[in-house]
Amino acid sequence: MSEPTPCTQRLNPPDPAGAPHPPHLLECRGLSFAYGRSRVLEDVSFAVHRGESLCVIGPNGGGKSTLAKLVLGLLEPTAGQLTVLGKSPREARTALGYVPQAMRFDPQFPIAALDIVLMGRLNHLKVGAFSKKCREVARAALDEVGLSGYERRPFSDLSGGERQRVMVARALACEPEILLLDEPTANIDLSIEAQLLETLAALRHRMTILMITHDLDLVSSIGDSVLCVNHRVHRHSLPLSGETIKEIYSSRRRLEHDRRARDQHGDPCLCDHD
Amino acid sequence: MTDFFADFIDAVKTVPLIRYALLAGIVSSLTFGVVGSLVVVRQIGYVASAIAHSILGGIGASVYYSRVYDLPWLTPMLGAIAAALLSVAVIGWATLKFKEREDTIIGAIWAAGMAAGLLFLHYAPGKAVNLESFIFGNILLTSKSDVIATLILGVIVMSLVALFYHKLVAVSFDEEFAGLRGVSSKAYYFLLLTLTALSVVLMVRVAGLILSQALLILPAATASRFSRSLWAIMAGAVVITALANTAGLALSYQYDIPTGPFIVFLAVVFYALSFLLRRKRA
Repeated sequence: MSEPTPCTQRLNPPDPAGAPHPPHLLECRGLSFAYGRSRVLEDVSFAVHRGESLCVIGPNGGGKSTLAKLVLGLLEPTAGQLTVLGKSPREARTALGYVPQAMRFDPQFPIAALDIVLMGRLNHLKVGAFSKKCREVARAALDEVGLSGYERRPFSDLSGGERQRVMVARALACEPEILLLDEPTANIDLSIEAQLLETLAALRHRMTILMITHDLDLVSSIGDSVLCVNHRVHRHSLPLSGETIKEIYSSRRRLEHDRRARDQHGDPCLCDHD
Repeated sequence: MTDFFADFIDAVKTVPLIRYALLAGIVSSLTFGVVGSLVVVRQIGYVASAIAHSILGGIGASVYYSRVYDLPWLTPMLGAIAAALLSVAVIGWATLKFKEREDTIIGAIWAAGMAAGLLFLHYAPGKAVNLESFIFGNILLTSKSDVIATLILGVIVMSLVALFYHKLVAVSFDEEFAGLRGVSSKAYYFLLLTLTALSVVLMVRVAGLILSQALLILPAATASRFSRSLWAIMAGAVVITALANTAGLALSYQYDIPTGPFIVFLAVVFYALSFLLRRKRA
């Protein structure tokens, strides 16, 4: 089992030099996951520090979403260890604010923006209506993503970018320690995206962010460092060089090749753009 | 026109049959509008339909066993409730366990319930059972105790929805996120199926087991074309169901039309009209 990769490549360390190193909010040691016989992640080790913004990139099928599901405790690792705030992901669930892709939802679902945001408070609700405090937290979260006044607006009336910001507000209403975003800019209009970017850039200063994305604009404006996931992981510092980007995204073909080789020879695939 | 209303109001006053039918129709529309809206947003109309049809198995079994073993307390209503809850258990379990075979399993339960019901009724001793009133409903057979049972069931269903409204909506909108916030999507899926089953049992009396599912879904679908808030859809669906029930009863009384099918026909007309009157969306 290997040690977690130290964060030596951070560009924006949150603490002044010489201060004691903050504890890892999230730590992954020798993590592996397979769907049946198909291995998705192999011997993955990394750590996320408090206040860090880590962008997870990599080719489709490389295991990004699987990694997110493992962090959320929706999947159990086949080997290795994953701790969130020193606890199992399942136990630490309420400390995570999860932002799925807004495009996943039925756009005609009859629900108002504030009611979506209030879902972040579901763990505080037993029966009946949400408490006043929950409503205040939800309103403040809408405020924070620049959507004050949108409380009663139906989800179906919102633009793609606004829907995605509602999802961010819902995650903020969880009062999370870590914000976990799954491709927040996928399927969103470029002009609208600027507002989302602004929101995330502001959030980055006050919380730990773990973001899966294909969007290199987002990586360069939000990320402190980059984790490339392609069965294995590799950390990169920012800014990414053109060469690195090319390597990361051209690895799919090699990935397929490696899969075939592995199937034939049982040889595990290595992160190939290293 | 005034004669028409006067006649109907007169009938409501003097004929208990009409009075109970009207009351049952109005009371059950509360349940139907609310649960129907949840069924529509969750898109489980097909499941509701399967539950409605499988009820015949419970009706048949209750008729058969009450006659063979002389159990007068075993009423068709009780059999229907038992069958509906059994279908919920099987459909819920099967759809969660074998997601990819969902439609086949639901279809099988639908057919199994009806086949069992027909067999039970065929072999039940005594005089032949009037199958038609179960299949097409007969609101005019409503008794005072039916109205009370409808009211009790309605109160139970409405209380459950009021208590768990936010969680039911959350699992319908985003099962995964609700799960992450500690709301068991499975438990609430079962709750919604149970509410659906109880509502369908209520409505079988009015519209029969073939058409009751239409009365569950169409008013909510109609209301959803005009509103984008679930509360408003629920309220609209309640009003539309009550309107269809009342107008259907009045017209069928006046012109001697079969009541259940006519009520459903009105619900279809309202739905069709919603396409003509639909508010333009931005």
